[in-house]
Amino acid sequence: MSPGILGKKIGMTQVFRPNGEVVPVTLLKAGPCVVVQRKTPTTDGYDAVQLGLVEGVKPQRLNKPETGHLKKAGADGIRYKKELRLRAGDDDLKPGDRVLVGDFRPAEVVDVIGTSKGRGFAGLVKRHHFRGGPSSHGSMFHRAAGSIGASSYPSRVFPGMRMAGHMGNEQVTVRNLEIIDVNPEDNTLMVKGAVPGPNGSYVMVRRTKR
Amino acid sequence: MSHPLLAKATEKLLRKDFPAYRIGDTIRVQVKIREGEKERLQAFEGTIIAENRSGVSKTITVRKMSFGTGVERIFPIHAPVVDKIEIIRTGQVRRAKLYYLRGLRGKAARLRERE
Repeated sequence: MSPGILGKKIGMTQVFRPNGEVVPVTLLKAGPCVVVQRKTPTTDGYDAVQLGLVEGVKPQRLNKPETGHLKKAGADGIRYKKELRLRAGDDDLKPGDRVLVGDFRPAEVVDVIGTSKGRGFAGLVKRHHFRGGPSSHGSMFHRAAGSIGASSYPSRVFPGMRMAGHMGNEQVTVRNLEIIDVNPEDNTLMVKGAVPGPNGSYVMVRRTKR
Repeated sequence: MSHPLLAKATEKLLRKDFPAYRIGDTIRVQVKIREGEKERLQAFEGTIIAENRSGVSKTITVRKMSFGTGVERIFPIHAPVVDKIEIIRTGQVRRAKLYYLRGLRGKAARLRERE
């Protein structure tokens, strides 16, 4: 049993449970994956597997160090790689082992890790949910920051003050998503709820700890 | 429904046991209702005034006049709660959304039967 699998977000839809309940779901193309490297406590100081998503990437798209690294595991056509820590009870995976979506079962619970959609330089209303001011009736305070602290004392802005800046395009983990359906034929995994990132972005599906 | 795999994943949920209804038709929708232990059917009879979304999420809006008040109900037609759809009467219309019926009542809100 692998601790997780890599995949791509396909998109969202909805399905019906047998009792008629509507479930919002995200469809992921998960795997096939190959164990590219095995990290062990003796050589690396920790226990982990490096998985690679087999996508049939052309050899000329990969640089030489990358090709050499993949060759050690007898794999190729891999662009997206991620490491997953091994816990007690996980199988001892060897380089070259394949990880398929068939390892997962419906009703299992997973965490999905992806990169959120980039929002660029976002203001306070969008980034920190500030309320903003009235738009009319002579108001001259719309979406501006307002006060960021007192004056001569402390004569500085406290660290961590919420301000405008870059938002999104960062790693986001969504925990405890239920697996609704697994299709080993198409390598697809259906999880309940939303997953970070735009359609087509890479995601890592990890079995929930505990 | 952009990605082919998305359509494929929900394909088995699509219901094919419905008659070929069209916008403007008067239909009767039987909906399963759970009352504690027991399950019974409730009918809703009215004109289809709109069809929204596609694939497994497809819904139809059915409008009827109930004691002089317009009542509209939106049915997700692929949902298991919808038991049966029967066509009572066809209707000849020239648009896909019949929202103009909301402003009409009585004789003006009638639709011509389709040949």
